[in-house]
Amino acid sequence: MNGLLVFLRRLEGPQTVGHGRAFWIVFAIVLAGACAYPLVADGYTVGNTAYFFVWVFIALSLCLIWGYGGSLSFGQTAFFGIAGYGYGVLTINFGSAYGFTLIALLLAIAIAALFALLLGYFMFFGRIAGVFLGIVTLAVTLMFERFMAQTAGPEWHIGAARLNGFNGMSAMPPITIPWFGEDIVLFADIGLYYFVLGLLVVVYLSLRILMNSAFGNVIVAIRENPERAEMLGYDIRKYQLITFVIGAALAGLSGVLYTAWGQYITPSSMGMTAAALPLIWVAVGGRSDLTSTVIGTLVVLSAFQALTIYGSQYALVFMGVLLVLTVLIAPNGLVLAVMNLLSRLATRGKEGKR
Amino acid sequence: MALLELKGLNKHFGGLHVTNAVDLALEEGEIHCLIGPNGAGKSTLFRLILGEHRPGSGDIYFAGENITALKSFARIHRGLSVKFQVPGVFKGLSVRQNLEIALQSRHRGGALAREIDRLVTFTGLEAEQAQQAGNLSHGQKQWLEIGMAISLKPRLLLLDEPTAGMSPEETHLTGEMVQRLNADGMTVLAIEHDMAFVRQVARRVTVLHLGQVFAQGSMEQIIADERVAAIYLGQAHA
Repeated sequence: MNGLLVFLRRLEGPQTVGHGRAFWIVFAIVLAGACAYPLVADGYTVGNTAYFFVWVFIALSLCLIWGYGGSLSFGQTAFFGIAGYGYGVLTINFGSAYGFTLIALLLAIAIAALFALLLGYFMFFGRIAGVFLGIVTLAVTLMFERFMAQTAGPEWHIGAARLNGFNGMSAMPPITIPWFGEDIVLFADIGLYYFVLGLLVVVYLSLRILMNSAFGNVIVAIRENPERAEMLGYDIRKYQLITFVIGAALAGLSGVLYTAWGQYITPSSMGMTAAALPLIWVAVGGRSDLTSTVIGTLVVLSAFQALTIYGSQYALVFMGVLLVLTVLIAPNGLVLAVMNLLSRLATRGKEGKR
Repeated sequence: MALLELKGLNKHFGGLHVTNAVDLALEEGEIHCLIGPNGAGKSTLFRLILGEHRPGSGDIYFAGENITALKSFARIHRGLSVKFQVPGVFKGLSVRQNLEIALQSRHRGGALAREIDRLVTFTGLEAEQAQQAGNLSHGQKQWLEIGMAISLKPRLLLLDEPTAGMSPEETHLTGEMVQRLNADGMTVLAIEHDMAFVRQVARRVTVLHLGQVFAQGSMEQIIADERVAAIYLGQAHA
């Protein structure tokens, strides 16, 4: 009981913005609103919102590795793709009966994590850091895209699953939950919405606990000064590797959910643009804070979608401008800047009352 | 038995022989100062002891164990600790967080908070404990990092220019801090340019020059040595 209390206390701490009763009341209201949302919106819009949620996991993975850990990785998109294709190959071959899609979800994430373990081992134990880490991970991502793009021929298949080159893989089953009587198939509307929302809440709260734990302290210490962290007796390579693998698993979760949502995945989901966009969401929101990352990602994604509908040719340009403005005005992120301002105002208000 | 023993240590950077056949033995419980003009190889010697550089040849013994092949973090686990020349604090984190990160592998919960309080008092940073470490003055950063370094309860504390950028009063306080640590049984090896500090704390002094041990002895012997004056004190007084 006492242990659980200590555990839950880690939901708040110096590594995450937002604490105290006010923050958690707002959190509960937002969560209740999100739960009630499908009651007032139509299935298509709900499915579209679920699509936004799907991307938050890869953003959080970048927040973890880059924002907290200080290692800029372009590799998240590669893990996204590996897990997405993995889910496709597994479910096309073995179907969706007996809840296999859930096992496929876990297996696909495990494959991405395993790959990250291998890549990360060579990078971190080879002491690759800074801009070189970015270059290596970008190269890996683009290599995967190129490779998958040339798998058009019929000879490229894994079991019954054709890889289909640039057209991508499609017609994998959606996530299916076994249930008494009839299985629940999570199509891209209300069913998947609640599934993804539930995952999002669990992942967000777990990451808050992780970052405010002793492990999180070391991760942040490595970002601030890796030499000092090592000279306090921490084997920083291990900490970096574990963070990288957790990040890869989260990016993989995004990839699986994306594939299950649209029942397709293409190599361009691992391309240069796909690799750059999460960086922009996270940078604009506030890479060094989980809450700012979630809010920033959802806001920028909705704005981006609105733009692609009304002026698609300008949407990417707008993203670039947004990034430049963020770097110039609020280098730590726009959402984070607003949140810090709010919390400052709140404390000042309290002091005023005394 | 010597606590730290360097035997025939060599290090080249390209054609530059920065550490040239250095032999050095440190007795348990002493305060030993390493002096020498800029470029003498003092900081490189620290990096060799800490495992940030690998020697070309030679061996490093700590408490009788050959640690030459050990990684840095493993040497820290054996009982080494360091304060860097440029203060290596975690600038974006608060003073308390800095100390917490240093202490958390040894203490938990209430004991951790008490230990942080103790070090905040020891380093004289009570008023600044909630501030970001990056906003501290240079001297305060030095003290914070010394606090982090001693939080590991090391057997040997390495200090690379602990009083750089400090006023004479701050320098004297730092000297007292080092003497208090030494009285509790900590062995100290310090690189220092400030002769007042060296006089205050050092029991033995080693002069490095061009990567070699040039002279060794008590402060009086070193001051009396005309050759040392020629290469070092002479320059300093000129």
